[in-house]
Amino acid sequence: MVPEGLYYTKAHEWVKVEGDRGQIGITDFAQSQLGDIVFAELPQVGRSLRQMEPFGVVESVKAVSDLYCPLTGDVLEVNSSLESHPEQINADPYGGGWIIAVKIADPNELKNLMTADEYRAFLAAEDH
Amino acid sequence: MTEEVQRSGDVEEGVGTPGLIFNEPLLFDQGSKGRVGCTLPECDVPELKPERLLPKKLLRQDIPGFPELSEVEVVRHFTRLSQHNYGVDLGFYPLGSCTMKYNPKINEEVWRLPGFSRAHPYQPQSLIQGALELMYELEALLAEISGMDRVSLQPAAGAQGEILGMMLIRAYLESQGRPRKRVLVPDSSHGTNPASAAICGYQCVQIKSGPRGRIESQAVADAMDEDVAAIMITNPNTLGLFEDQIAEIAKIVHAKGGQVYCDGANLNAIIGISRPGDMGVDVLHFNMHKTFAVPHGGGGPGAGPVGLKAHLAPFMPIPVVEKKGKRFVLNEDLPSSVGKVRAFYGNFAALVRAYAYIRSLGPSGLRRVAEVAVLNANYIMSRLKDTYHLPYDKFCKHECVFSDARQAPHGIQTLDIAKRLMDYGFHPPTIYFPLIVRGAMMIEPTETETKETLDQFIAAMKRIAEEAERDPELLRSAPHKTKVSRLDEVKAARQPNLRWRGKGSRLP
Repeated sequence: MVPEGLYYTKAHEWVKVEGDRGQIGITDFAQSQLGDIVFAELPQVGRSLRQMEPFGVVESVKAVSDLYCPLTGDVLEVNSSLESHPEQINADPYGGGWIIAVKIADPNELKNLMTADEYRAFLAAEDH
Repeated sequence: MTEEVQRSGDVEEGVGTPGLIFNEPLLFDQGSKGRVGCTLPECDVPELKPERLLPKKLLRQDIPGFPELSEVEVVRHFTRLSQHNYGVDLGFYPLGSCTMKYNPKINEEVWRLPGFSRAHPYQPQSLIQGALELMYELEALLAEISGMDRVSLQPAAGAQGEILGMMLIRAYLESQGRPRKRVLVPDSSHGTNPASAAICGYQCVQIKSGPRGRIESQAVADAMDEDVAAIMITNPNTLGLFEDQIAEIAKIVHAKGGQVYCDGANLNAIIGISRPGDMGVDVLHFNMHKTFAVPHGGGGPGAGPVGLKAHLAPFMPIPVVEKKGKRFVLNEDLPSSVGKVRAFYGNFAALVRAYAYIRSLGPSGLRRVAEVAVLNANYIMSRLKDTYHLPYDKFCKHECVFSDARQAPHGIQTLDIAKRLMDYGFHPPTIYFPLIVRGAMMIEPTETETKETLDQFIAAMKRIAEEAERDPELLRSAPHKTKVSRLDEVKAARQPNLRWRGKGSRLP
């Protein structure tokens, strides 16, 4: 499940761009690979992140995984409901399981990310 | 029954029998008020009331829910619990990257000698010459085995050895002018490597493994600059593959003034054959509870000595054992030392066991350890590679890594295979590590297993693969024969129950 209109990283994060706000989460593929997520460590609001800088951690029964920020920007908002209900990332990775929102500093960075089509091709190539 | 099963013995599930394995309540839920384990004689000195010694706010009248038990209740409790357990003395334990080899009992015999087991750390040096001599000799043995110049015996475990190793590198680089900023870590490394580097104030840069499951020297050259303090490399790596470009990688790192750290977790595969010191390694840690047959027991006590080249020796933890004439002395006078990383001299009992192991095998015996460990792993790999997906098809060293890719179409994942193995009487292998293999199963048989045991394990793995096709639900609900069947790991992690709340508990 790879929704159109979002931008994707090779580390399996997505970003939804609305004006200068970028809402960020992990993809359905990422959550299915991780399995049941039991813990999410989120950044502070206001923290400045560079493109592809680690900004948090998700932990499943299988593995602990870093989260990478798709775009440079300051953290505007975090989905603090994940602290008590991390399973939302499994249930609704593109909706209620969103993780942070940033104020996009440089829209040109989007060219470093993949479109939905490119991400689908990327997944197909990884799955050999 | 297949021919193989007949040849290799019985792999019917449920190797256990329904014997006298008891259900056992917590100690808190046992006992009776006023019951005691032993009767102490009357106090023959004047009794001091606690009120006279401690402020009132620190005193309490009782301990809520504190169990009161007889000796036999306690002995039976822990003996019964021990019967629920699984250990190397009970069966095959192919936990990859952990080297769960059988620990010869002579090691226990030796460390229990009163001169070792009853030595006190504050005893004068003149009365512990034997213990000091053992440490002095063990350092020399480990240095020879690894090709390093000195060895600190102090760290209490491999992870602490890693931190010490990175502290030594940092201290050395600081003495050269600046500590630098970054540490290179391969994507197949143990998670403790980046953690140790980060605790020592370094930023980690991940190096991607090449298509052969190894680090390519070009990838290191691309990432290497004058801000890189060190590379942390595991050899053989966690895919059980020898890093065949390590000498060149070391050259690249040294050319820019960096240091080479070797995670010695997998030393079992090369001991007596090749030496990290000869590959250009500046620092490495040993895991005594892996390669040198010290028990893993309950998380310790282990030992994680650190080998180092001469240029790092001024920074070693104190004290170090030295020989002056015929006497062994503890030298505290190392002005540039990074300090102590462990009280006194490290976990001495673990060091005695390792010494006994090394001396009882000797150089040719240690070489044979590596040869048979590698042979056993390759035997399992070649006999299972038609049944389970092998992501890196090559000769392996001491462990081999399969994945669940062939079972996945039946809705079976690695966890289900691991759980089902318990029904056949085996401890599961390491699963979901290394991270670069999706659904990894990492099998390390070690040198101490017989061919019959390996054949039984192989037969069980093959039968499980058949079950995955025929009856996947059998695997998904496994284990069926253990004391406790499939646990809800997700609930345990999301809503952990960390505290006793049984009857009599007055805790919130």
